[in-house]
Amino acid sequence: MKHKPDLKIVVSNTPPQPATPQAPPQQVEMPFAVVNGEPISQLPRDLYIPPQALEVFLEAFEGPLDLLLYLIRRQNLNILDIPLAEITRQYIQYIELMQDLQLELAGEYLVMAATLAELKSRMLLPRPRLEAQADEDPRAELVRRLQEYERFKRAAAGIDALPRLERDVWPTSAQLKERQLLGTLPQIALQEMLLAFKDVVVRAHMFAHHHIQRERLSVGERMSEILATLGESAGFVPFQQLFRPEEGRMGVTITFAAILELMREGLIDIVQAQAYAPLHVRATNPGRLLRVVSDQTQAAAAPAGEPAPDTRLPARADEDLA
Amino acid sequence: MSESYVRNVIEAALLAAGTPLPVAELTRLFEDSARPSAQQVRAALAALAAEYAGRGIELKETASGYRIQVRRELAGEISRLWPERAARYSRALLETLALIAYRQPITRAEIEAVRGVRSDHIIERLLERHLIRDVGRKQALGRPILYATTEGFLRYFGLKDLADLPVLEGTDPRGALGGMTPTPHASPAEGSEAV
Repeated sequence: MKHKPDLKIVVSNTPPQPATPQAPPQQVEMPFAVVNGEPISQLPRDLYIPPQALEVFLEAFEGPLDLLLYLIRRQNLNILDIPLAEITRQYIQYIELMQDLQLELAGEYLVMAATLAELKSRMLLPRPRLEAQADEDPRAELVRRLQEYERFKRAAAGIDALPRLERDVWPTSAQLKERQLLGTLPQIALQEMLLAFKDVVVRAHMFAHHHIQRERLSVGERMSEILATLGESAGFVPFQQLFRPEEGRMGVTITFAAILELMREGLIDIVQAQAYAPLHVRATNPGRLLRVVSDQTQAAAAPAGEPAPDTRLPARADEDLA
Repeated sequence: MSESYVRNVIEAALLAAGTPLPVAELTRLFEDSARPSAQQVRAALAALAAEYAGRGIELKETASGYRIQVRRELAGEISRLWPERAARYSRALLETLALIAYRQPITRAEIEAVRGVRSDHIIERLLERHLIRDVGRKQALGRPILYATTEGFLRYFGLKDLADLPVLEGTDPRGALGGMTPTPHASPAEGSEAV
């Protein structure tokens, strides 16, 4: 492969033959050009071929198979009986030429060169009779690939020949003036109707009048009442029983808030035997009952059986911390 | 409802829509009381196609329905309306597209095995142009992506379906091997002469 490629291979279509630089031009050879009436059958020695011209030529190949196919077809060779030695030589010349021109050569080209060289050597070697594929020509796989490639090269041309939108044919169009908007009536789902109704209700609420009255109930008072109720029963009281539905929503809410507040203070326990079972409430420490009552109501009720406020407060703080 | 009325409505609809219309959609254009059958619509389409014979436009059935289009013979003149040339497809792109069209679903490795060169960029470009799409993964090592052509591909090339593609020569159930196993000419004796 060290042999430098002969540029003539590329620029002339004459089959490779021994160069005859001294041959008289007026004889055998067909002149390939006529300059000033003089037939010219030999390239001038100083002819400059711009490398770009070759680049264009070489880049026209889609890959090693394409190049190989070109070499075979150009010489009208039988694809089923490729003269491997000759084709390999020509192929490698192209490859070297491309490398000389510093074209970035795809690795596939070199793989093909190696494949060709390998095939050539296999053809040279006597094949052992016992070899399983003794009947198959070493070139078979290459030929199969070449044929397959050629099929799709033709298929590509076939697709290229199909009329293509906006290259060969164009969709037509006509203007429609005064387009009528034909609104088809949409289907209404029940859900949408409910949503619409909800909107109406919300809007109606905005027009509602409110007469605001001072609430007579206080959370603190209710807390005391609850503790009193629990103290009386001295045991579990059903959660529901603490509420007085006749007081309406506000009363019920106050009671609930009071229960929450008592829970936070740790004054009551709410228990449930099991999931979803009724809730029961009891006072945690009936002894502290009166204290809280006095705190919340500011009533001067005497703490019965309770320590003095001074000593009691720190104790409570400790409890809270715990 | 007269035949010419149906024909006129269909013609006008195909011109106004700007996209191919299937028979079902054409049928839907009519009032309930005057709705033609699918068969009548087809008959009207055939009548239109006959009317257009020898005119500058033609009726074409593609994968997504019927469209009226400019005749191919007038491409040279009509394309002067748009001085920008339509993008040319490289041979590499066409080869890859041909492999996908005829061999779908196909993996990138299978494409490259035939073409003998890397084809990932070209596949990328075909995907960008919505001519092909990813249709799943092959149950093979590495689970490679399988590619197939799109309906856009059929519309673009004016094809009704894939069977409408030009016949691939040498089609053989055994695939590419059909041409050569074993080679009649390649006897060992002859082979040595090649070296």
